Amino acid sequence: MHLVALDSDIDFAGWRAAARRLALGRVKPAEVTWTVRGDEPELFAPSALPAPPAVPEGRFNVTAKFVELAQNVILHSDPQRFAVLYRVLWRLRANHELLQLASDPDIAQLSTLARAVRRDCHKMQAFVRFREIGREPNNRFVAWFEPAHHIVEATAPFFARRFADMAWSILTPKVCAHWDGHSVMFTPGVSQAEAPSEDRLEETWLTYYASIFNPARLKVKAMQAEMPKRYWRNLPEAALIKPLIAQAGRATGAMIDSAATDPRPSMQRREDAMKHRATTDHDDNAGAPSLAALREQAADCRACPLWKDATQTVFGEGPQHAAVMLVGEQPGDKEDLAGQPFVGPAGQMLDRALRDAGIDRGKVYVTNAVKHFKFVPRGKIRLHQKPTTPEIRACRPWYERELAAVRPALVVAMGATAAQSVLGKITPINKTRGRLIDAAGDSAHPVQVLVTVHPSYLLRLPDEDAKAREYDRFVDDLKIVAKHLKRADAA
Amino acid sequence: MDVQRKLAILADAAKYDASCASSGTEKRDSRDGKGLGSTDGGMGICHSYAPDGRCISLLKILLTNACNYDCLYCVNRASSNVARARFTVDEVVQLTLDFYRRNYIEGLFLSSGIIRSADYTMEQVVSVARKLRAQNFRGYIHLKTIPDADDALIAEAGLYADRLSINIELSDPQSLSKLAPEKNGRAIRRSMGRLRLKLDEARDGRKATPQGRVAPRFAPAGQSTQMIIGADAATDQSILSTSANLYGSYNLKRVYYSAFSPIPDASRALPPQPPPLLREHRLYQADWLMRFYGFEAGEILDDSAMLALEMDPKLAWALRHRDRFPLDVNRASRDELLRVPGFGRRTVERILAARGQSALRVSDLAALHIPRNKALPFIVLSDHRPARQLLESATLAERFKPRAMQLGFGF
Repeated sequence: MHLVALDSDIDFAGWRAAARRLALGRVKPAEVTWTVRGDEPELFAPSALPAPPAVPEGRFNVTAKFVELAQNVILHSDPQRFAVLYRVLWRLRANHELLQLASDPDIAQLSTLARAVRRDCHKMQAFVRFREIGREPNNRFVAWFEPAHHIVEATAPFFARRFADMAWSILTPKVCAHWDGHSVMFTPGVSQAEAPSEDRLEETWLTYYASIFNPARLKVKAMQAEMPKRYWRNLPEAALIKPLIAQAGRATGAMIDSAATDPRPSMQRREDAMKHRATTDHDDNAGAPSLAALREQAADCRACPLWKDATQTVFGEGPQHAAVMLVGEQPGDKEDLAGQPFVGPAGQMLDRALRDAGIDRGKVYVTNAVKHFKFVPRGKIRLHQKPTTPEIRACRPWYERELAAVRPALVVAMGATAAQSVLGKITPINKTRGRLIDAAGDSAHPVQVLVTVHPSYLLRLPDEDAKAREYDRFVDDLKIVAKHLKRADAA
Repeated sequence: MDVQRKLAILADAAKYDASCASSGTEKRDSRDGKGLGSTDGGMGICHSYAPDGRCISLLKILLTNACNYDCLYCVNRASSNVARARFTVDEVVQLTLDFYRRNYIEGLFLSSGIIRSADYTMEQVVSVARKLRAQNFRGYIHLKTIPDADDALIAEAGLYADRLSINIELSDPQSLSKLAPEKNGRAIRRSMGRLRLKLDEARDGRKATPQGRVAPRFAPAGQSTQMIIGADAATDQSILSTSANLYGSYNLKRVYYSAFSPIPDASRALPPQPPPLLREHRLYQADWLMRFYGFEAGEILDDSAMLALEMDPKLAWALRHRDRFPLDVNRASRDELLRVPGFGRRTVERILAARGQSALRVSDLAALHIPRNKALPFIVLSDHRPARQLLESATLAERFKPRAMQLGFGF
């Protein structure tokens, strides 16, 4: 039988040195008794037992994960912890993967011990209550706390990081921690009588505790699961728990039973808030409404169900009398968030192509055939969905109104959805692209249509050569637009 | 009115907001000795718990409970007869610092009734955060964002705050316009969209700086929202699909569900009733299934409109999809294991690590913290296979329903 007496309850270095020596000396776990100096059982007077064997030759390694686990477990108050750790260390030499085996009783026990220590550290961070002694600048904050495990040394740095600019002490029965602004110091434990018994803010804190509590939703078990009774005696607010619970039933009953009172007369629901909503229809511009008025109307559009899931209507943008109108399919993720057309990846592609074709985006009107984003949510992303024919039709009146308001000479339909909306029928892109088509418009304002691909098509092409080729074709199409714009400018 | 009296009114006015989280922000501390406070970047700290089971992590208050709006479900609506109060900016700053130094709180969660205008209100809320940061406060700050507030104010709020939130309130926009006529569901979503863009920009700006440009800090703990449960006729189906939509659209950290609770001086338009706490609990469980267990909003409920109250949504799903079981725990994939009743995320990770070394048996369940009775009908282990009849039995569901309980006699 071997006796190992460690220097303290948290003497990890001592445990590690002894465990290494014992393991290399092939001392079986059952042959070791672990204790802390000063706590040795009388039965095992150190002299009566052989000292651990001298350091044998050789070395062995354990994973960093085990070291971390052991450092944690050693803080537990269970006297068996040193022995369990040594037993696992012993077994780890034969099976390096042992820690993965959560179903093993030793591993399960270690993880239970480690969890209890972590929880106690966390509860100390949460439940320490400082009381102020003296007033600034000669004040000091002092707390009394009773941890379940040997965690004060391990938890003190948390308070040093958080309360670095104030002097504080945390007093406990076994050890006290102090901070002077430079380093943490530890002194032996004291009795509770040494700690202050009041603080000028405590009544305010109790007022907060009582006021934030909702008596209509009593869940005492849930509270106790997270704030076990053993901590209550050092929490000033815990004195309120019983009276608050006792009053809760009555308070809730009174709220449910009491007849509603008359509303405050001065605050009767005001009409103007309602009025505010309905002031958008009118427009001083007789005939075609202004774009601003159309945009306001479209914001509340319910012509198809797409509005429900989308953030907002994304209306067209550009000069009121642009000579050219670009029409895309529908807003995408970014457009839906920003409320502007073509500001996402496809918009960047469009901007680049417009520049390469010599077109100033500020001079054209940019819009979409469908003005709400259609998608399905997949976790944290939204997958784009192609709009259906009924959705394209439902949205077409907005395109028609934009057309009437802007009166462009040329409309560029980008992609199949835009072509379908602009030309009023399903139109194959490749057969129609790149040439001007006379669209049936009213005779006073003839409109020509140019069909091309949607810029997002270029983003989807997998192969770089095809991408470059198709990009050039897209720019070629836009150069027709550029020519058109020059002519319009000249006219 | 003294600060303590104001606190009683303005904490009471704030308690219907469920969120008290102080998690998920960047790592900060005060080791340089020039400031106060720290955040650890991971989970926050709950400094206390009230008998309603809710955590108290932040000083959760309104700047004022005076409000122009008349939202029928709200204790602070314009027509309510509750006592009114207003904190000054300095009072909130001092109270936050005083509470923080005593380790009562992780920081501040500040909201406000709408006074004068959206911009005025937002400016007041932002002033508190600005002042706290100017005094080198490094604890957690959560600010309620007023929809339609000016973009510059929102950008400034994100500069100081860890988290921003805008409450969607109700899943159905029509209910919202009925119960909260001054609120505009579209404006709420537009503002969430704006926050999302700024959050993305700040996140991308941190890593990609080819031009040396760094996007300004913006609410590192992201945005969240809250839905009130039981004030209107919305079904769980519609609530969950709204949540899925919000998570996907605005990358929310959390959707909070808040059971509509009786309030002092309630409106006549809403029937007084105890809050549907169990329903709220089931919605949180379903929310978890969507976020961490690979469930789509639609399949949690299949065709029914409401979640079962007597059992958790995963168990209810498993009972409706018995053809997928029993599942061999020693072979099934992670995604399949996550769908077994009684298997949590950590349990599944432990199973995957352990089964490589030895086939799992019934006697291993306890060490893995798996509830036997719940899981056994659905799983195959090396020494267990549930009787065919059990899984096909019409009475299997009965096994899981809670036994009738005598009501307790209080505490």
